[in-house]
Amino acid sequence: MSTKVRERTKGGVGESLRRVDGAPKVKGQFLYGSDLWAEDMLWGFTVRSPHPHARIRAIDISQALTYPGVHAALVAADVPGKKTYGLEIVDQPVLAWERVRYQGEPVALVAAADLETAKRAAERIKVDYEVLPAVADMEQALRRGAPRVHDHGNVLKHIHIEHGNPDVRADLWVDGYYETGMQDQAILGPESGMAVPAEDGGVDLYVATQWLHVDQEQVAPCLDLPKEKVRLHLAGVGGAFGSREDVSMHIHACMLALRTGRSVKMVYSREESFFGHVHRHPARIWMRHGASRDGKLICVRVRMVIDGGAYASSSPAVITNASTFAAGPYEVPNVLIDGTAVFTNNPPCGAMRGFGAVQACFGYEAQMDKLAARVGIDPVELRLRNALSTGSVLPTGQVIRGSAPVREVIRRCAALPLPPQPVERDPITYPGGAGNVSRGERLRQGTGFAIGYKNIAYSAGFDDSAEARVKLFAGAGGPVAEVHSAAAEVGQGVHTVLVQIAREELGIDQVTLHPPDTMVGSAGSSSASRQTMMSGGAVQLACRAVRDQLFERVRQWARTRGLTLAGELRIMGADVVTDGRRLAPVVDFLEQPVVATRVYHHRKTTPMDERGQGDVHVTFAFAAQRAVVEVDEELGLVRVVQVACVQDVGHALNPQSVYGQIEGGTAQGLGLAVMEEIQIKDGRVLNPSFTDYLIPTILDMPPVVSELVEEPEPGVPFGAKGVGEPSTVVSTAAIAAALRAATGRELNRVPVRPDDLIGLEPPRKSSGPPPAVKGVA
Amino acid sequence: MIIRLKVNGEWRQADVWPGASLLHVLREHLGLVGSKNACEQGECGSCSVWLDGDLVCSCLVLAAQAHEREVQTVESLAEGPRLHPVQEAFLEAGAVQCGFCTPGLIVAVADLLQHDPAPSELTIREALAGNLCRCTGYAKIIDAVKLAAQKMGNA
Ligand code: FES
Ligand code: FES
Repeated sequence: MSTKVRERTKGGVGESLRRVDGAPKVKGQFLYGSDLWAEDMLWGFTVRSPHPHARIRAIDISQALTYPGVHAALVAADVPGKKTYGLEIVDQPVLAWERVRYQGEPVALVAAADLETAKRAAERIKVDYEVLPAVADMEQALRRGAPRVHDHGNVLKHIHIEHGNPDVRADLWVDGYYETGMQDQAILGPESGMAVPAEDGGVDLYVATQWLHVDQEQVAPCLDLPKEKVRLHLAGVGGAFGSREDVSMHIHACMLALRTGRSVKMVYSREESFFGHVHRHPARIWMRHGASRDGKLICVRVRMVIDGGAYASSSPAVITNASTFAAGPYEVPNVLIDGTAVFTNNPPCGAMRGFGAVQACFGYEAQMDKLAARVGIDPVELRLRNALSTGSVLPTGQVIRGSAPVREVIRRCAALPLPPQPVERDPITYPGGAGNVSRGERLRQGTGFAIGYKNIAYSAGFDDSAEARVKLFAGAGGPVAEVHSAAAEVGQGVHTVLVQIAREELGIDQVTLHPPDTMVGSAGSSSASRQTMMSGGAVQLACRAVRDQLFERVRQWARTRGLTLAGELRIMGADVVTDGRRLAPVVDFLEQPVVATRVYHHRKTTPMDERGQGDVHVTFAFAAQRAVVEVDEELGLVRVVQVACVQDVGHALNPQSVYGQIEGGTAQGLGLAVMEEIQIKDGRVLNPSFTDYLIPTILDMPPVVSELVEEPEPGVPFGAKGVGEPSTVVSTAAIAAALRAATGRELNRVPVRPDDLIGLEPPRKSSGPPPAVKGVA
Repeated sequence: MIIRLKVNGEWRQADVWPGASLLHVLREHLGLVGSKNACEQGECGSCSVWLDGDLVCSCLVLAAQAHEREVQTVESLAEGPRLHPVQEAFLEAGAVQCGFCTPGLIVAVADLLQHDPAPSELTIREALAGNLCRCTGYAKIIDAVKLAAQKMGNA
């Protein structure tokens, strides 16, 4: 009974454990939504509006119905229940009736024996449109007399934040106007899933998504089914980044399956994917920063308009975020921020990694550089002088209670080694070198610095709690813990972290995951960098409850044997131990499995009042980046040479995947800085393909040198902050700053184009003073 | 039309419409879904396979072109639970996130290392320029290639 026991569980918290889904992924055996297959299944296809704005006079599906191989053709009248759905405002038609409000809006559905047949039949559906004038510009949408996208007007949501005295005087002021383009998440795995009709009249939907339960809540009413009859299961997810927060093919596939009584699979093509999900909001931002002569911020005034497109999606939350972060991670005593999300006939915009904080950061960091130049101090020093810290008051009046090592993040980032200057270079390393267009004659280097921050978890009074169930049972090779959580693994690694947490808490080696579905309570969304904290917290609580129940059994067993257990009980590997001595194998107490289900809540937040004051966000994560770029002054081509990043992570539960998040997040920020934009003309998307919408390739990505600041966040599991977003928030701003340093140009719009860099295109001017919103400001 | 091809060492046939791509045949007719479809335009490399030993984007090859030829897919690399060194290296280096790009990259990297067992970083970047990954930012993919080269060199 005195065998020595191992001190730590292998594969617990803090280790760079390999991904639990890694082996099937490298073998090509991991099943994504687009890989699902069922005996006798049909393929669904969506007919979409070619017009950004039109009245539907009539739809004739008769030619499609008689096409050989077709099993169903459905229109709005066939939606069994509620005709609309939505994340925050229920305004998006399952299938359009009377009016279409954006190009690509779903109008009809077809199910056929194969995809090719479904597409051909879809061409035979005749929709009679009366084309209407489109509201194609976000500022035009706010003008008097603009056509209305919805009957209730074009203001989707307005946020007003007023703090201190925004009319205060300052020694010096800097003004700026900034624009950001519409970015696509460009998930590599397209929207996909399969609906399987069930014998109870319900349906099982296997779908690639970020939040099973919020889908279920939207899908069930549209099908006119009780929630229990709409069971969702997570199919393999090929990336998300916000694009899978909204419903895409979910309701459509279920409608077709219920109508035909057959399994129906739907997979979007790349082109359709550009129309099938929301994008990052384009923004126009007016900023005015007032400071003392020595560079202390006195006042920040911001007016921001973002284009929400045709339907609400998560625009209300995005503009809330963009507005609350508009002054940056700085102490500013006097603030006035007005943010408006507007409806237009452009594609709907919603969640994308960074969620409003990206656009704000591009603006406030450009302002900080302007201010540094005015004051005549180093941009890094200016940031240090104004940085937030624990105890600081934000523009919403919220006091930062958690960790906020902003100065450390800044200092360490500024101190990271600069890239070596190569003596000899392969021409491919010149900007545009892969295209063999440059010989590197007129190269200019520039360095830029930016910091930013992002909230973790949902805000403003929302309780996005997470549930998890843990079952401890006797397996063939010893005790096994099975974790059942609905948390969506979208590539970020949450499933691996949940396994690590269960190992850490229970002290056993064998931990398995139940497939995520709606048979356990909601885990909330895999977004807002929240799952490590929320579902991690739920697994931690459930494991502790399981352990308590198990130890109760152990104590009872000891009592019946007349043993006194003085020391603390622990599980180590396969044994229950006390005082470093093995008592008995864990499985001896598992004749019946031990099961516990627990819900984790983060601390409560509050909505903002009419002056934008409130305890709005749960907690914050900060990052700083320094970018080095090289610009070919003649050709306007760019190469990002290096990005250095320091991120505040609380505690890295899986360091390798934390670095992976930083590198991947930086790539998406780089994309917005220099290449990625959905181009829209009169409401029409001009580049819905990977040929025309460019995302960074391995040749575009520089080395990302990163370090972590680990100052545990009090009151959250393991002190860990979410890590998915801060790097995306900051890198666009850092790269833009470096491009300004290299060229001396204003560059107030991202993505920066070659024409901007060589001066063919002047800086963007606002169409006038910032637009006011009726009834506000 | 009926096409016949040798896939991962086994002769298979499928009845396809004339416009079908090799990727379509592999995924929809032969149940080999390891090769992914992310663009169907030759832009992303997710569908990379070997056709008679040459690396191709299977979305750009007509099924008819593969008639009576030999195709090798990502599914051929591991032997049961024993992973190919490139697969092993991807896991060890943390080069997999969502994994949708991974099968195409693994095939492309295995092909690169067949031709150049110790590629420089620049060579790696050039060789993989046609493989898009949206999740990783590529740093750990480069690490994985170097690691795989080491593993195979020592084997
Ligand atoms: S699917 Fe073939 S290259 Fe993208
Ligand atoms: S890992 Fe997701 S696309 Fe590469």
